[in-house]
Amino acid sequence: MRNLGIFIRKYSAFFLFLIFEVFSLVIYVKYNSFQKATFINSANQVTGAWYTRTNDFYTYLSLKETNDSLARENVRLRNQLKSSFYVDTVDKHKVKDTVYKQQYEYLVAKVINNSTNNSNNYLTINIGSKQGIAKGMGVICSQGIVGKVVYVSDHFSVVQSLLHKDSQFSAMLATNKEIGYVEWGDDMDPHKGVMKDVSNNALPKLGEWVVTSGYSLFPEGIPIGKVSNLRTRTGGYSLNMEITFAVDFGKLQFVDVVNNKFANEQADLEAQRKKNE
Amino acid sequence: MSRSIIVNLLRFILVIFIQVCLLKNINVYSLTTPYIYILFILLLPFETPNILLFPLAFVTGLIIDSFYDTPGLHAAACVLLAFVRILFISITVQKDGFDNEPEPTLSIMGFRWFFTYSLTLTLFHHFFLFNLEAFSISQFQYTLSRFLLSSVFTVFLILISGLLFFRRKERK
Repeated sequence: MRNLGIFIRKYSAFFLFLIFEVFSLVIYVKYNSFQKATFINSANQVTGAWYTRTNDFYTYLSLKETNDSLARENVRLRNQLKSSFYVDTVDKHKVKDTVYKQQYEYLVAKVINNSTNNSNNYLTINIGSKQGIAKGMGVICSQGIVGKVVYVSDHFSVVQSLLHKDSQFSAMLATNKEIGYVEWGDDMDPHKGVMKDVSNNALPKLGEWVVTSGYSLFPEGIPIGKVSNLRTRTGGYSLNMEITFAVDFGKLQFVDVVNNKFANEQADLEAQRKKNE
Repeated sequence: MSRSIIVNLLRFILVIFIQVCLLKNINVYSLTTPYIYILFILLLPFETPNILLFPLAFVTGLIIDSFYDTPGLHAAACVLLAFVRILFISITVQKDGFDNEPEPTLSIMGFRWFFTYSLTLTLFHHFFLFNLEAFSISQFQYTLSRFLLSSVFTVFLILISGLLFFRRKERK
């Protein structure tokens, strides 16, 4: 026994070496066969925290490059965005009915430029002559009328909004069909307009709907606004009244362009009459 | 004695810090990876008892392992390194020839001895390490080139650090 002690002490280095070597090899083989199930790796809290901190530092150093690459990626992604593409095909919703011949065709358009606070307001939409837009077509949206097309290019159109000094649209009171016309008010309030030249016996009521008459670019009965104030200031043969527009022109997103298929025929006919006079 | 402990503790922290923060990121053509942390084991005092030397080597390796995500690999190599160190010192150094807690540093032992010492130990350590890491003979040539280039790099760094902390007055 004493000899064994001496022996071990004499070769202590070797025995210690054996013990630790076997131990570490066992760890090595064991943990590398179960790679994930380990506590002596960087999932370990201390080393993990340390790496988080150094990584914070490194990311701070490369902030400029990261910024650049993010900006580039932003541009790349923006180029892929739906809104940056020009939509080639346009929804045309037609009603197929053999009894009726289609008179009005609607084309969906997106408003890409808009203004409400000038004295003459225009909006730009993303369809043009390639999609069948022509000068003089009416533009409506789901709430009511918007304006008419004044300039057309291949892919875009400019719409003269109702909020324009020269805009006048034929209108009527919804209940008794009394005809007049609507234009923008003098005080440049984007929510208020004036209905003029309504005959004296119309008896309009407050809150009554004012709709399109069917004599102009629009189909009959599309809302324009509600009567909000009755003014009989002119006191002549006709009534003037203030109306509140149904459309919030500041929030226009999508509009429908009205294609009156018989507009040309009507215009030609009326031109003949003028020629004869 | 306490001064020796403090010096070695500081060296331990410094060496691991350098290894983990600096040298872990150095990887020349995925061939050379210097492992300077073995410097801690190399520079432990001559009179470190074996019962302390092996646990120290084991723990050092394990700490490096925890940063390199290779549990047991560096620990095994370090334990081998400690064993080779004991053999090498017992062959080349007479223990009773020293007076006050000497260390196997470049400034005390001289360039020739220290170079041989660090080269031998580094070769053993790296050979064992890289082969254990590869764990196959099929890529032996690649492993061998990694081992040789890394050894050169490590020895180079060890010698530089030795010259950096060279103190002439300690020289016998």
